[in-house]
Amino acid sequence: MIVGIIFIGLVAALIWSIFYGRKVIRTEKSDAVFGNPVRALGGWHWVVAGVCSILLFWFWFSWDAARAYFPIAGNELCQVAKLTRAANPIRSTFPMDDERLLLGTKLLDRDYRQIDHLQTQLASTNFSDADREMLQEIIDEMRTAMAAHADADELDSSVRMRMSAVAENIHGLAEALAQEGYPGPADPAMMAEALAQPGWGETSVELPPLPMTERGRKFDAASVTMQEISDQYLGVRNVGPALTARLDALEGRIAGFTIDASGDSADVAAREDLIKQIEKIFRRIDDGRIFPPDVTTDVEQALLVLDREQRRQQGGLRYINAIAMPGGEILAGNNACSEQGSGRWLPKPSDTLATFTRLANPNEGYKGFPLLWFKMKPISEMVAFIVPDWIADLVPGDYPRHGTDGQVQSNFKSKVYDIATGNFDSPSIPVPDGHIWDSIVRVLMGLFFGILLGVPLGLFMGLSRFAKGYFDPLVELYRPIPPLAWAPLILTIFGIQDDGKIFLLFMVAFAIMVISARTGATGTQLSKIHAAHSLGASNRQIIRQVILPNSLPEILTGIRISIGVCWGTLVAAEMLAGTTGIGFVENVARKQSDYEIIWMTIILMGLLGLLFDVMMRWVIHKTIPWRGKG
Amino acid sequence: MSDLTASELNMVFNTPHGGTVHALKDVSFTLKQGELLAVLGPSGCGKTTLLNIIAGFQHPTGGSLHLGDHEITAPGVDRGMVFQQGALFEWLTVADNVNFGLRMKKADPAETSRKVEEWLEIVGLQGFGRTPTYQLSGGMQQRVALARCLINDPDLILMDEPLGALDALTREKMQSLVLKIWKETGKTIMIITHSVEEALLLGERLFVMAPRPGRIHKEYHLPFADLGLTNDPREIKISPEFVETREEILTMIWNMEEEIMGKTETV
Repeated sequence: MIVGIIFIGLVAALIWSIFYGRKVIRTEKSDAVFGNPVRALGGWHWVVAGVCSILLFWFWFSWDAARAYFPIAGNELCQVAKLTRAANPIRSTFPMDDERLLLGTKLLDRDYRQIDHLQTQLASTNFSDADREMLQEIIDEMRTAMAAHADADELDSSVRMRMSAVAENIHGLAEALAQEGYPGPADPAMMAEALAQPGWGETSVELPPLPMTERGRKFDAASVTMQEISDQYLGVRNVGPALTARLDALEGRIAGFTIDASGDSADVAAREDLIKQIEKIFRRIDDGRIFPPDVTTDVEQALLVLDREQRRQQGGLRYINAIAMPGGEILAGNNACSEQGSGRWLPKPSDTLATFTRLANPNEGYKGFPLLWFKMKPISEMVAFIVPDWIADLVPGDYPRHGTDGQVQSNFKSKVYDIATGNFDSPSIPVPDGHIWDSIVRVLMGLFFGILLGVPLGLFMGLSRFAKGYFDPLVELYRPIPPLAWAPLILTIFGIQDDGKIFLLFMVAFAIMVISARTGATGTQLSKIHAAHSLGASNRQIIRQVILPNSLPEILTGIRISIGVCWGTLVAAEMLAGTTGIGFVENVARKQSDYEIIWMTIILMGLLGLLFDVMMRWVIHKTIPWRGKG
Repeated sequence: MSDLTASELNMVFNTPHGGTVHALKDVSFTLKQGELLAVLGPSGCGKTTLLNIIAGFQHPTGGSLHLGDHEITAPGVDRGMVFQQGALFEWLTVADNVNFGLRMKKADPAETSRKVEEWLEIVGLQGFGRTPTYQLSGGMQQRVALARCLINDPDLILMDEPLGALDALTREKMQSLVLKIWKETGKTIMIITHSVEEALLLGERLFVMAPRPGRIHKEYHLPFADLGLTNDPREIKISPEFVETREEILTMIWNMEEEIMGKTETV
């Protein structure tokens, strides 16, 4: 219902933005010639059109729109799928659907090939001459027995009759399907049960399997009959007195052959293997699934008739199936129907939102940890994190030792140590918490250290021949290595918790910051440096007041690139190891094949990456408005 | 008592191919305090090298250079610079550009802002203190550059083609401004230019330099800068005396260029 309204709203917004865009184009026609960059300015209505297109495609391709508009059709297509499934055992023996060969053709082709193989195996295996002759006779007889199955003269008349009966039944079913009243009045109790089923996608049973409509009941009943006909068809085997006698004789000869156990053990094994192969192929011939080619033609014709009738009875369902359920179809299983194709692997927007709402609830979270929330944290913990423990070692005096009375007398040194380790009472303050927060903190920490160390080094390298030459190999050697190639090593050294990931991200950000700061420093106009010199600036002042601000555009662009690369690296690093973070969520969901959570994390990552980038664009706009106007 | 004395200045560069280029050869002159010197010459005659040496950005390979009593070895606040493109710090406002030198000295902020107001008024930019410099026109940027240089009260002002990038009308206005500042402050000014007319209008003294090796070819003492303080520069420009000198110098430079072309062709 809601999905339906949103879908219509999106269509309306898309159409409106296209018309608005066309109007703007018409009115602006004389303003700028093609190639003028002014033509690319503005255009938020095209952003609306783009967003609407993405969402519409998502609603459509994930079958969310189909579920909203055609829930009944879904139930009916489930019944159609049942009939298809019931007919499948027969259909698969004919060149229909995905098959290209008649089953008998296929079997003969394969078995002859295997017998040819046996022949070569026999030539290369060490048998006595008598044994070899006997086996050659068996193989020849197997060939003739197989050919006899396809021979209409050898066919027992009862087989043809039973095949005709199957064809008759299929024709009967097709006629019944065409009748108005088929399969008779509905049982009110069953109808009530069908209508009480949970709707499409409401439970783990994706589509309600019981027929809810007249059309559905028709296909449901037909599928039951078809199942019986299929069983009947599978029961028909090409057997008869003549063929049975022939096969019994062959079986007796195979059983009567004794393997010569003398000689090399490898030879004996080869002999045993050959006999095993012979028995295997014989059993297949004994199945009786090969008929003379004309025997099954009636059944094939009947199937085509049923097919036509089945399609006619579907009516509009076929168009709904083709248009509203792209990239797959509804399949029937033993006692349920399910989506297959994009309806299965692409989670629906409404389901994804529901999953997100569920996980966003801080009490729920994922693996006992919220996505993004806050927790109360004592100040002492933060003090312990910031103040290093060795501060206490610097305080003069010794740490206290316990006295003979067993009491510990604290002194100033031990009190400082208590503070440095956070061992004191303090109020708690709320701090952000959760998977998303952890990921963001890691990115920002890595970025922070990367900027803190990378920018000064980059500027230094841009200003000094020594620094450029000395540090260039270090930066340029490790920069081209994909960060994830470092991950196993770094995570081993620094641990799978925050330290390792932050160091990995630091490495990513550091190289980018060094290079952008260096480019910025080298790009400073000489006349500006000269001007600063003759205005009395010291070297330090020139770096702070001229070179650094002048490099700001490059540095900020570097930060923008770093954030993007760090974000990508982080998610992958979290998938490798760790217990929190958005990559961790996706990794666990991947192991459980939980497509909705995977999809949700993908969208979250996209949105967070976009958010970072928009923020950086805003910062760039605010801090370096002179860019490109100098 | 801050005369600029150059004696036997030599500047020799080594080229990458092992040869040498004599950018300046035996350049000697004295520029008295309060004089306005214009330097003119074809490209490659070493005018910018001379200016850079005086500013202290480059060191001569021979000879000595004194401003007043002390030798010039490094850039200093006693020599202010104005560049062709202004070389303003575009991340700063007009006022912060102007007070840059004083801030580097950590001067008293109240005094600084008073001086900034004063100088902005002199160069005709009152009220523009908070404007970002990238929003200014070329002429206004040069006014800021002038104020930024003058607020430091330098003994000598060096201008490297300061009006070269301006349109004709703005250029005339700026020329009057330079003369006005010269007159009111009594500063020594050395201005490098490509324009013969500008050199004649502004230069109390005028060096025409010649290339290969860079040297002072001819020196003029001209009356037009003084006249320009009281008379309309357009009238000066059409006076027979002005036109005659202009044609003489143009012919001189033309011949130098011809000579260079000839040299290049024979090589």
